[in-house]
Amino acid sequence: MGTFVIYKTILASVILVMSLLVAMYSTLIERKVAGFMQDRFGPDRAGPWGLLQPLADGIKLFFKEEFMPNTADKFLYLLGPSLTMFIACLTSAVIPWGPDIVINGKTFSLQMADVNIGILYIFAIVSIGVYGIMIGGWASNNKYALLGAVRASSQMISYELAMSLAIIAIVMMTGSLSMRDIVSQQQGFNWNIWYQPLAFMIFLVCAFAETNRSPFDLPECETELVGGYHTEYSSMKLGFYLFSEYINMFISGAVMATLFLGGYHFPFIDRLGLSQNAFAFLSFLVLFLKITFFGFIFMWIRWTLPRFRYDQLMRLGWKALMPLAILNVLITGVVILLNQPRP
Amino acid sequence: MTGLTGRSQIVSDKKMTFWEKIYLPAILQGMWITLSHLLTKKTTIRYPEKKREFSEIYRGKQVLKRDDEGRERCTACGLCAVACPAEAITMIAAERKLGEEHLYREEKYASTYEINMLRCIFCGLCEEACPKEAIFLTKEMVLAGYKRDKFIYGKNELLEPLDPLKRTDVSKRQTPQVLEFKKDKNQKHNVQ
Repeated sequence: MGTFVIYKTILASVILVMSLLVAMYSTLIERKVAGFMQDRFGPDRAGPWGLLQPLADGIKLFFKEEFMPNTADKFLYLLGPSLTMFIACLTSAVIPWGPDIVINGKTFSLQMADVNIGILYIFAIVSIGVYGIMIGGWASNNKYALLGAVRASSQMISYELAMSLAIIAIVMMTGSLSMRDIVSQQQGFNWNIWYQPLAFMIFLVCAFAETNRSPFDLPECETELVGGYHTEYSSMKLGFYLFSEYINMFISGAVMATLFLGGYHFPFIDRLGLSQNAFAFLSFLVLFLKITFFGFIFMWIRWTLPRFRYDQLMRLGWKALMPLAILNVLITGVVILLNQPRP
Repeated sequence: MTGLTGRSQIVSDKKMTFWEKIYLPAILQGMWITLSHLLTKKTTIRYPEKKREFSEIYRGKQVLKRDDEGRERCTACGLCAVACPAEAITMIAAERKLGEEHLYREEKYASTYEINMLRCIFCGLCEEACPKEAIFLTKEMVLAGYKRDKFIYGKNELLEPLDPLKRTDVSKRQTPQVLEFKKDKNQKHNVQ
């Protein structure tokens, strides 16, 4: 029991630190990618290749003036960013980061908690995530912030439906809600994306909307809403909002890799004859590479596409993605039915 | 009519086809464009390490020229101040005393000569107005500063050094016509 608790504590801290570090450096990579796509270099003054830039940004945010509008609801104003950050860190709990590792003859799982309703857990947590934005936007007592918050909530509702419907097709195929089962069924190159390309597309588009990334960044929307829900935020409270966006990006990349790209599986690495721990490490690297790939796609899209108009966003969500997702569920059901052995 | 770039396209309100409606081909096309820019040569010049080349006739900080014997050419006629559209130039004239012939070329000289660099627009009209070829714009930059009064440049900042090797070369700023004219020693102006 003792070792179990210690191991889980260590694993939790490692995962937390990893997601924070990745989020930190995503900000740098984002700016680098933006720069390179616009024929410039991006930040390269703080340290070699700008490697100290995230640190400098963090220090800057910490030392900026704490500002709070005097008509703001104090408690909710503080709750907003804390909630967003907290929720962003929670999702990583059910993601299987790799195969089991062996320490002193005992096997340990690289997953924080193998909940048998892992997918439901993720969706529940992600839905709570919008509360942080809504509470923050409402508590600021600012029209722009309120508009941003309203947009965020309606956007979340519209896209979560299509997202869950896309996942239902996966669940029907797998027959399980546990993330671990879903991954273990995608051995080698047997990835879900080959069977469910439409579900993958729908999920990808919805993931952009869920993480408030461009072209669905209407809650922030610098050009029309100043800063949207975080207009009235400054200092590290603003930092938390911006930071949680990158954590969300990382986690949603992990979720997509797990659900569609076979998680930590890659053809032939289980036949290399490595020891269990080396195999686990290599598998983790594979998963990390897939997440990085998704992170790059997030940035790539952001610097390619302009923002949707609000009615376009709603039309895409309700009139295109949702019917498509339902259609996908139907087709999946029919195919499963046809493949069943006849009595 | 052809546009300036020759790349303009005629816009129409025709119904979009299915492929255009699902946007994905257009999105992929856009993503291909951004991806290709990821690898192209960057146009950035990394400033402090690498400086951009200036034109030979760049209009930067002014210089007050001396003649070949090291005497100030400026005679404080005030034509530059009159010509200046930004009213950046002020000067006080003084009379040359006996024994100062090695300092000033004419009997009258500028005891103070100031250009307010915050007003100056570096148009070069002072240079054009000067009958004595005493003021020229150079490739040197006026650097940023923290105090406004540091931007009022006096003779200390503007006058070129006495040392003949450290003189500012302004021949590039003179038009071929001027250079040709300067060879004509019949003109009293051109006799040093």
